[in-house]
Amino acid sequence: MENLVLQALSGLASASSLFLVASGLTVIFGVSRIVNFAHGSFYMLGAYLAWTFVTTLPRGHLGFWGGVLAAALLVGLIGVVVEVLLLRRIYRAPELFQLLATFGVVLIVQDLALLTWGAQDLLGPRAPGLRGGTEIFGMRFPDYELFLIGVGPVVLGLLVLLFRYTRWGTLVRAATQDREMVGALGVNQRMLFTSVFFLGAFLAGLGGALQLPRESVNLHMDLAIIAEAFVVVVVGGLGSLTGAALAALLIGELHAFGILVLPKITLVLVFLVMAVVLVVRPHGLMGKATGPAHGGAGGAEPVIGPAPRPLVHLGIAALVAALVLPPFAGDYALSVLTEIAIFILFAASLHLIMGPGGMASFGHAAYFGLGAYGAALAAKWLAAPMELGLAIAPFAAGLFGLIFGWFCVRLSGVYSAMLTLAFAQIAWSVTFQWVEVTGGDNGILGVWPEPWAAPKLVYYYLTLALCLGATLLLRRIIHAPFGYALRAQRDSALRAEAIGIDAFRIRWLAFALAAVMAGIAGGLFAYAKGSVFPTFLGIPRSVDALLMVLLGGVQTLSGPIIGALAFTGLQEQLVRITDLWRLILGLVIVALVLFFPQGLAGAARARWEARRGDA
Amino acid sequence: MATLEVDKLRKSFGGVQAVRDVSFAVAPGEMLALIGPNGAGKSTCFNMLNGQLRPDAGWVRLNGQDITGLAPRKVWRMGVGRTFQITATFGSMTVLENVQMALLSHRRRLGQLWTPVARADRAPAEALLARLDMADQAARPCGILAYGDLKRVELAIALANDPKLLLMDEPTAGMAPQERVGLMALTASIARERGIAVLFTEHDMDVVFGHADRILVLDRGALIAEGPPAEVRADPRVREVYLGAGFSGGHPGSRDPVRGSVARPKSVQGGH
Ligand SMILES: Nc1ncnc2c1ncn2[C@@H]1O[C@H](COP(=O)(O)OP(=O)(O)OP(=O)(O)O)[C@@H](O)[C@H]1O
Ligand SMILES: [Mg+2]
Repeated sequence: MENLVLQALSGLASASSLFLVASGLTVIFGVSRIVNFAHGSFYMLGAYLAWTFVTTLPRGHLGFWGGVLAAALLVGLIGVVVEVLLLRRIYRAPELFQLLATFGVVLIVQDLALLTWGAQDLLGPRAPGLRGGTEIFGMRFPDYELFLIGVGPVVLGLLVLLFRYTRWGTLVRAATQDREMVGALGVNQRMLFTSVFFLGAFLAGLGGALQLPRESVNLHMDLAIIAEAFVVVVVGGLGSLTGAALAALLIGELHAFGILVLPKITLVLVFLVMAVVLVVRPHGLMGKATGPAHGGAGGAEPVIGPAPRPLVHLGIAALVAALVLPPFAGDYALSVLTEIAIFILFAASLHLIMGPGGMASFGHAAYFGLGAYGAALAAKWLAAPMELGLAIAPFAAGLFGLIFGWFCVRLSGVYSAMLTLAFAQIAWSVTFQWVEVTGGDNGILGVWPEPWAAPKLVYYYLTLALCLGATLLLRRIIHAPFGYALRAQRDSALRAEAIGIDAFRIRWLAFALAAVMAGIAGGLFAYAKGSVFPTFLGIPRSVDALLMVLLGGVQTLSGPIIGALAFTGLQEQLVRITDLWRLILGLVIVALVLFFPQGLAGAARARWEARRGDA
Repeated sequence: MATLEVDKLRKSFGGVQAVRDVSFAVAPGEMLALIGPNGAGKSTCFNMLNGQLRPDAGWVRLNGQDITGLAPRKVWRMGVGRTFQITATFGSMTVLENVQMALLSHRRRLGQLWTPVARADRAPAEALLARLDMADQAARPCGILAYGDLKRVELAIALANDPKLLLMDEPTAGMAPQERVGLMALTASIARERGIAVLFTEHDMDVVFGHADRILVLDRGALIAEGPPAEVRADPRVREVYLGAGFSGGHPGSRDPVRGSVARPKSVQGGH
């Protein structure tokens, strides 16, 4: 009994911290409609900056609390910089491009933090005056946790007052409900957006800074918190402050008590609750419907026809090169080529969901990773030969695609995309936390191809054959009635239903099919690397896939293929020449989004069509 | 037996009673017009007939079978084709492909993964388009079509499942007067030839009085008149609805019940 009370209290403390971050995220989303991946980076920066301030300022109350506050304020200013330099310019870009841009910021911040603070975990001092504990039911409960429990409601109260009783707050609420109206009223939207970003970033920074006495500061804080903050915001309802508070409470307690029930996999529990909430209430506990998130670049999608001549020639040339040149390539080049083939299939599989399907997935790496783990687990525990492993990979991925997809495709827009992210995190946390089976962070080693396929050249040709075959199959399917039905429900759900198309079933099957294809790619990747790791399923890998599809262009299958080629090539080179590849990649992403908001293929197509128009 | 029987259909949105106890029937091959001012509840009626809206009360029967509250796609499978007031077509497909989709779905072949659409059900789709004078538009993307042409595509799609009942919500809106009459004459001849029961709404009185076998008049959700064109035209209540209280007598000319062709400029909103 006493134990339960203490668990509940520690749940409240986590809920408070979670609420700080989530409230900022939800306010920013409410006003700008931007799904801000960089919010986790704000949180991490808050923690790092607080560490710097607190450890350099003189000890004592002023040094600590002043340091925490200064860190939060500085993060708020960093938020302003990000808004003014980047986001302000892309408010009209398609949602997913905005998301990519904020992910670019995540990458940039990661490397800058690494440069500034180094790779090792940093430990902060305890909070002055709150070092001790208080007896509760005969057990000691840390004072600092009690303090945190108080912070959440106080911040919530202040925010409610701010939004209720100030003119600025009224404007923010109005903008959350109806952006056009605020524009029409002649409100200075720029100032409004910038100030909202300041507030949101400040709250995230404060949340991070307040973690200093609780846990070590490290470079993984950003993505760890962002996944949970997304869950809170989505469960609460995008844009709803009270919803975020409620959801933070729910998730915080779930963590606390989940440890008692399923100590290893509390994360799974959290994401499952999210899935259930969203199925029962598709817009979260307190949310309202938002517009759909288009997988595409927005606007009317073009008719798909035969590929333009130059593209066909280019494709044939590339294929010939891919077939003929490798025997002259070295081992390194061969493994790069193998990877490129794999990522082309991976990107093409995501394209099926995003292009013809019109859905967005933030968690496609789950199926890539599940394929890889399916093969690796079969190799480790069943001593399965490579052939069997490669057959199990798509099966495992497809099975989970069916299960997860059943939830994801019944929602729409950002909610659906967030749910894909949530399921990917579930899969990730299982591989990460279920150490006995998956090896946890150390992964599974020794997943090698059979002797006949062991030479790099042979494995390359095997990969090429499978990936090319699967990609061509996808193309065939897109041109077949099934692919058309998928596009039909994207173009007009109303008309599709009116001619007997079961949109849910079509989307569901497409989702599972994409998972199967990603699974093939994942299985091949496992044997190419000889090992699998939780990072195969991580958020960064999901974003990689999004990048390939979006930068290449979502309209036709050639987009993701070009995107995968460009991205894999670029990343491979960056990793080779510099340690700061994240920084450079982040800058490249940001630049691409700023200058080519329609994607590279979109820009090329526009230019090509303009040229034809002149002729 | 009537193809469609509607019994005491009722629907409210919040406080608004959009449709109140509407009952009627349509016979095979019959052209039945449902007219009424803006917001009378015509589209809401249609939406309840094809399952898009669940009625608060009442029944819908198709060939004697209860279809009340079935999902639109199930209603479609039972042989009901529909066009929308605001056209809904697949913008990323050509006219021909739009019709092919309906045909493929009708034959339950949308699950196919291998045969390209380009080679599936092409001939019947082309024949259908030719019948609607759309053969020359077949290869154009729906996304760039003129509104009048989109209405024709809708009709072609609606006819693709060999319907027993055709629901057409303002089928000629956005067309030139000549075109309207032509399309409705075509629709009437197809309906007679195939024994399709047609229920349509229309604001163009030339179209209504020229092509309807029978007319229903809806006002603020309730049926206020029903009968052959001549009878409805002479009905004082109908004249009142269209002209406002105070009007009586006058000579019901050919372009009536009131003054002329189109009752008023069409606003593009309300239910589909
Ligand atoms: N989804 C809805 N929610 C709330 N009210 C609705 C809805 N659909 C229709 N209404 C209301 O129901 C009434 C009937 O609308 P309906 O669209 O059926 O009229 P209509 O006869 O088709 O008009 P029009 O000639 O303009 O197409 C109107 O008052 C309309 O505002
Ligand atoms: Mg209407």
